[in-house]
Amino acid sequence: MEAPALTYLNNGHGAASWLLTRDHKRIALLYLVSITVFFVIGGLFATLIRFELLTPEGDLLTSETYNKMFTMHGVVMVFFFLIPSIPAVLGNFLLPIMIGAKDLAFPRINLLSWYIYVLGGAFTLYAALAGGVDTGWTFYTPYSTAAANTHVMTAAVGVFITGFSSILTGLNFIVTVHRMRATGLTWFRLPLFVWAHYATSLIMILGTPVVAITILMVAAERALHLGIFDPALGGDPVLFQHLFWFYSHPAVYIMILPAMGVISEIVQAFSRKNIFGYSFIAFSSIAIAVIGFLVWGHHLFVAGQSTYAGLVFSILSFTVAIPSAIKVFNWTATIYKGSVSLESPMLYAFGFIGLFTIGGLTGLFLAAMGIDIHVHDTYFVVAHFHYIMVGGAIMGYLGGLHYWWPKISGRLYSEAWAKFSALIVFVGFNLTFFPQFVAGYLGMPRRYHAYPPEFQVLNVLSTAGASILAVGYVLPLIYFTYSMVAGRKAPADPWGARGLEWEIPSPPPTENFTVTPVVSEGTHQYGHSQEVGLA
Amino acid sequence: MGPQRATKPGFGAEPRLKMHTFPLLPQQASVQAGQVDAIFFFMVAVTAFFSLLIAGLIVFFAIRYRRRHDDEIGVAIHGSLVLELMWTIIPFFIAMGMFGWGAKVFFDLYRVPAGAMEIFVVGKQWMWKVQHASGQREINELHVPAGRPVRLIMGSEDVIHSFYIPAFRVKADVIPGRYNTLWFQATTPGRYHLFCAEYCGTKHSGMIGSVVVMEPTEYQAWLSGGPTSDSPAATGEKLFTSLACVTCHTGDAASRGPNLAGVFGHEVELQGGGKVVADEAYLRESIVNPQAKVVAGFPPIMPPFQGMVSEEQLLQLIAYLKSLKGPAARPGAPPQQK
Repeated sequence: MEAPALTYLNNGHGAASWLLTRDHKRIALLYLVSITVFFVIGGLFATLIRFELLTPEGDLLTSETYNKMFTMHGVVMVFFFLIPSIPAVLGNFLLPIMIGAKDLAFPRINLLSWYIYVLGGAFTLYAALAGGVDTGWTFYTPYSTAAANTHVMTAAVGVFITGFSSILTGLNFIVTVHRMRATGLTWFRLPLFVWAHYATSLIMILGTPVVAITILMVAAERALHLGIFDPALGGDPVLFQHLFWFYSHPAVYIMILPAMGVISEIVQAFSRKNIFGYSFIAFSSIAIAVIGFLVWGHHLFVAGQSTYAGLVFSILSFTVAIPSAIKVFNWTATIYKGSVSLESPMLYAFGFIGLFTIGGLTGLFLAAMGIDIHVHDTYFVVAHFHYIMVGGAIMGYLGGLHYWWPKISGRLYSEAWAKFSALIVFVGFNLTFFPQFVAGYLGMPRRYHAYPPEFQVLNVLSTAGASILAVGYVLPLIYFTYSMVAGRKAPADPWGARGLEWEIPSPPPTENFTVTPVVSEGTHQYGHSQEVGLA
Repeated sequence: MGPQRATKPGFGAEPRLKMHTFPLLPQQASVQAGQVDAIFFFMVAVTAFFSLLIAGLIVFFAIRYRRRHDDEIGVAIHGSLVLELMWTIIPFFIAMGMFGWGAKVFFDLYRVPAGAMEIFVVGKQWMWKVQHASGQREINELHVPAGRPVRLIMGSEDVIHSFYIPAFRVKADVIPGRYNTLWFQATTPGRYHLFCAEYCGTKHSGMIGSVVVMEPTEYQAWLSGGPTSDSPAATGEKLFTSLACVTCHTGDAASRGPNLAGVFGHEVELQGGGKVVADEAYLRESIVNPQAKVVAGFPPIMPPFQGMVSEEQLLQLIAYLKSLKGPAARPGAPPQQK
């Protein structure tokens, strides 16, 4: 009997070997477990919201509780699930491997970032258990500083702390990509997943400090009555919105760019074909990161900001859609003349492309000033950003998890169940969020505990969809866990894909590569060396 | 108080199991509604076109180029500059067209036609307080005549609210410390939803009401019916005396404060250079925080009235100042001679 190969999973046992690890792959798993916990918590809040909205009357929860539910749902999902999801789990695991490195540039800082994340999460959970916070995840002033008497400070401190975890991860990725690429791995041979994470990291280190400072200002006003945002103290409440969205709009790109990177990989692997228009996809990530910093004012079209400022923000918001459109067209063109196989990661990728297209195009409605006046702060906006964040980011995350699960766990999961769950997620998602577009255009405002009865049918559809969606999310939890116990062992390259991560064993050894690789061509080359024009 | 109706406690009156059917589009009850719907439909069409195009291509390619045996690989195609330019430039021009159209609709929603009747609105947790120019007050209801432009001047007593009438396709945030305005011209008599759209605390979803559009003659009858208080301008005039504004703003050449007759809507020269148009926002700021922009030639001696006058009183003072006809500082109507 041959001794099992030494992998990162069996190289060290016991709690200390995990909690003090500096291996990027183990840290990725620490993140995987903790963001899953937060996803479940955020999902429970969403469940209560959807059950409350089954009837027009506010009859299940009190108004205070309902307001806390949507606030905690937003805070947990945005700051503790979506922002860390792909970068901290898949990025952490794969980025060093994809560039042929043994680890990230700063392994200790990587571990520190997880502890910071957990500390921030603990504060936020404490705020939830101690009685909750009811400001909305947007913390708008002067409500958050002068009116709300819930646990605003604790929740804000939690968000403040966890921001540093993002900053450290971003910093680590940027230095790693610059300094640790294998010999021959030039910038334009990098996997698009790496480009997407590079762009994401730029936003993380440039944007997060702004929201941190903004939260500090809220705390200073709440605790010390320094007049910054509250007009009764001589402040300006709209200033908060500018500062908040300066980070929080780009934060949307923190969530979606890594998912785009995942989709680029999956589409190539399951078409057995290199990407169509590599440099356009790579640079469109950078363009999104840069232009994304200049569009925050489209959240303020009805707040009385200068109309000329509004015009500039509107035109820039239309412009930032173009790089996203370029990606969608290039993914579609990649499938053309491919060898297409519809395994579960590809199903998630197709779901992503479809839902992201709808989410992106409905974003244009909100960039159009004349329409935004009507739909701002209605369910139309709720539907739009859930198409991006749930239909986009979570589909990307699940697609990536399915694609790389054999590499991460060394095991194969049940493909039939995975296909079924991908289908369930797609159907449940659309039934949940499509009716919200209609409700929003009809004028149903968001964050309403009770609502006029004519919106009930749409809300019942939405709750029915959410129940289906929940099944779609629980299934992977079950079959991934089951695969760890009883799944067949995965070969190094179960999909017949190309890329450095598929050249090493599944699961990888602690040092990733026994011999540092030398790279002579771009990723996803499937044996054709000839340049073929478009026939 | 005006002819207040009992405000509904919430949306609870309907039997629980009866579900209402819903329309696919909101009612169009203002001159602006059609404009907003037109660009909305255009964008729905564009969205449907591109979503179906992408979905159709993906499904077609996935079937047409499905893997037929295990070691099949795709054809290496690296790209096409022509296609890249095409799908960059065409969407860009479509997007710019949408931008222009959206901006045009926005400016039409933004520019108030001359002669609009003005109504004051104050938001507070969790109700809408309305006062008409004739003095008629109401809470959580707004009665307006059809066929006439109406301009709302809105302030908040506490946190940010947002005044939203879906059937009119108009909305504006109501922000403490400043005035936001919105205008509409209702077309069809009826009762329409009024919502607070910006989350404002516990009873946010109870901060609702109705906009009642009436035929102009009915509106006139409504205005004269019921107990009426003084017009905002008349109340403002009393405040002008009781708050002792009148002791300095006498209207004389030698007075310690600038003459305010006819100042509204005109440019004012400021201490240290610069000019500002005396609109509602400037008048408000000059009452609550007079040192912010002092009129040239006057000492900065006025005390701040922050916290001493309510939002409604501020609106009444401004209504009074607007009622004083200029030209500024000419004999005729100095405020203290009333």
